[in-house]
Amino acid sequence: MRGRQLAESAAHAVSDSDDSPTDPARRDFIHIAAAAAAVGGVAAVAWPLIDQLNPAADTLALASLEYDISKIPLGQEVTIAWRKQPVFIRHRTPKEVAEAVVDDHAPMKDPATDASRTKPGHEQWLIVLASCTHLGCVPTFQGGQYGGWLCPCHGSVYDTAARIRKGPAPKNLYLPDYTFLSATKVKIG
Amino acid sequence: MSGHSTYEPNSPIERWLDTRLPIIRFSADLLAFPTPRNLNYWWTFGGILAFCLGVQIVTGVVLAMHYDPSGARAFDSVEQHIMRDVNYGWLIRGIHATGASMFFVAVYIHILRGIYYGSFKAPREVLWLLGCIIYVLMMATAFMGYVLPWGQMSFWGAKVITNLLGALPVIGQPITTLLWGGFSVDSPTLNRFYSLHYLLPFVIAAVVGLHIWALHVPGNNNPTGVNVRSETDTVAFHPYYTVKDAFAVGLFVIMFAVFVFYLPEALSKVDNATPANPLVTPAHIVPEWYLLPFYAILRAIPDKLTGVLALGAAIGMLFILPWLDRSKVRSMRYRPTARIYFFIWIIAVLALGWCGSQEPDGVVIPGAPGPNLIDYPINSVTWLSRISAIYYFVYFLVITPFLRETPLPVPDSLYTPVLSKPDAAPGLARQSVEG
Repeated sequence: MRGRQLAESAAHAVSDSDDSPTDPARRDFIHIAAAAAAVGGVAAVAWPLIDQLNPAADTLALASLEYDISKIPLGQEVTIAWRKQPVFIRHRTPKEVAEAVVDDHAPMKDPATDASRTKPGHEQWLIVLASCTHLGCVPTFQGGQYGGWLCPCHGSVYDTAARIRKGPAPKNLYLPDYTFLSATKVKIG
Repeated sequence: MSGHSTYEPNSPIERWLDTRLPIIRFSADLLAFPTPRNLNYWWTFGGILAFCLGVQIVTGVVLAMHYDPSGARAFDSVEQHIMRDVNYGWLIRGIHATGASMFFVAVYIHILRGIYYGSFKAPREVLWLLGCIIYVLMMATAFMGYVLPWGQMSFWGAKVITNLLGALPVIGQPITTLLWGGFSVDSPTLNRFYSLHYLLPFVIAAVVGLHIWALHVPGNNNPTGVNVRSETDTVAFHPYYTVKDAFAVGLFVIMFAVFVFYLPEALSKVDNATPANPLVTPAHIVPEWYLLPFYAILRAIPDKLTGVLALGAAIGMLFILPWLDRSKVRSMRYRPTARIYFFIWIIAVLALGWCGSQEPDGVVIPGAPGPNLIDYPINSVTWLSRISAIYYFVYFLVITPFLRETPLPVPDSLYTPVLSKPDAAPGLARQSVEG
């Protein structure tokens, strides 16, 4: 601010002493060019300072994970860490699968069929990110009235297909990318 | 600041310095600042808050010498190294952790005093806004500090609060990733929170400087809300209020010490004595007490984005208060109707705080939850939160701007009410007569 005032007064001093009219278009051009260079410079410096906050290359490198699901008994689930995020692998009982299929067309916040949440031929395996879509807590197994999960933080209730049925969460539990390498081995990511 | 200076440099050195860096004049003017003579003890919380900030910075700088901000080492560096091995580490950490709660006790009383006596009204709006900014910075600093011990509550508190921002459309997820530095709350998150937790107190100190500057332009409000008319309405800040503030700080330190030495665990959650585990959320997760009312507002609303916006709006109400309250009378001493609604608002805030500490599907009165109303039983914590939250907003957006009331007669000068009751404050009354 002060610098600009000084520059202006200096410019006036020069024009006064020369007693020649200054060209307003040239003066404007210098102002605009200086301002544009300053904005560009600030942006060029700011971007690395912001982008350094994003995940680093070694964090991004933790991409995929293989897991042997034969260890999970019927009706149980495991919580494993993938990219430092908890993931549920649930071995659903035929009753739980049937309950989820029956509710396929019940009114829901985020409607989805049970088939769209599992892989064909592996309907008993439900693999979802274990972060409540409300604020990220890990829901508790078999909590809530639908026998799926209940989030202990704000009371979101998920059914046995991990679809949101009640409470503040806006979405069903997210599905990670995964493929079955064999009947007992799954690759997440 | 006060427009004139009574400082006379006495020695040649003082005269020499006064024409180069008038720092002694600056300090002398601060001490001589004319302050209304009728300030009560609610006005001592400004000084108490300055004391709290000083305590947090001194203890915090010391703790930073022993703390290790890596995800693998953070928990042990606090619970084992600082608490057990560092000389007096237990004491310094105890003061720092308790100090955060004490800071909020003082700031809430300071804010309530400002609302009750109309200290936010013209010409003190900027002073009030700077105070609101300090309050938000305090919440951010306290939140990041709470993450550093890397216990279960630290971790899950960080996860829930950062996920709040994820509710915002479009920009939410990129901002969350930017805060985390990964796919979830993890070591990079802890590192950056540590960096910012060290930075923000100094930002707060700078804004406190502006807050005091903005205070010294119009001068203090006072319990009557009547403007200072002349020099006889005021006394010098020193010794009158330095002594009064020091006495209040002394009482405050006693309460502070009771918590540090006898109830060090009273304000923390046992779950935080368990190291952070990203795979298991504690069964009952709640924020620190000073954030509970806002947490209850968040939970009361079944929609995620609306809940987050309501939480932000609840804090935002404080920022726009100077333009909501259009009463010409500053002090609620002379606004008996407004005062009743204000006290109900305090009860609503306390109710929200209680609701925030309860389980999400808890009941208010033990026993039957009662019949369902829409989605939750009528006797549920959710409905008490909703009713209190509605009153919270109605107080600011409807009652405050549109209240029709007949205020009591406002005194001509700030010491008339004292003179009419000379027995109540003989010292002050005699002074006034002499003055």
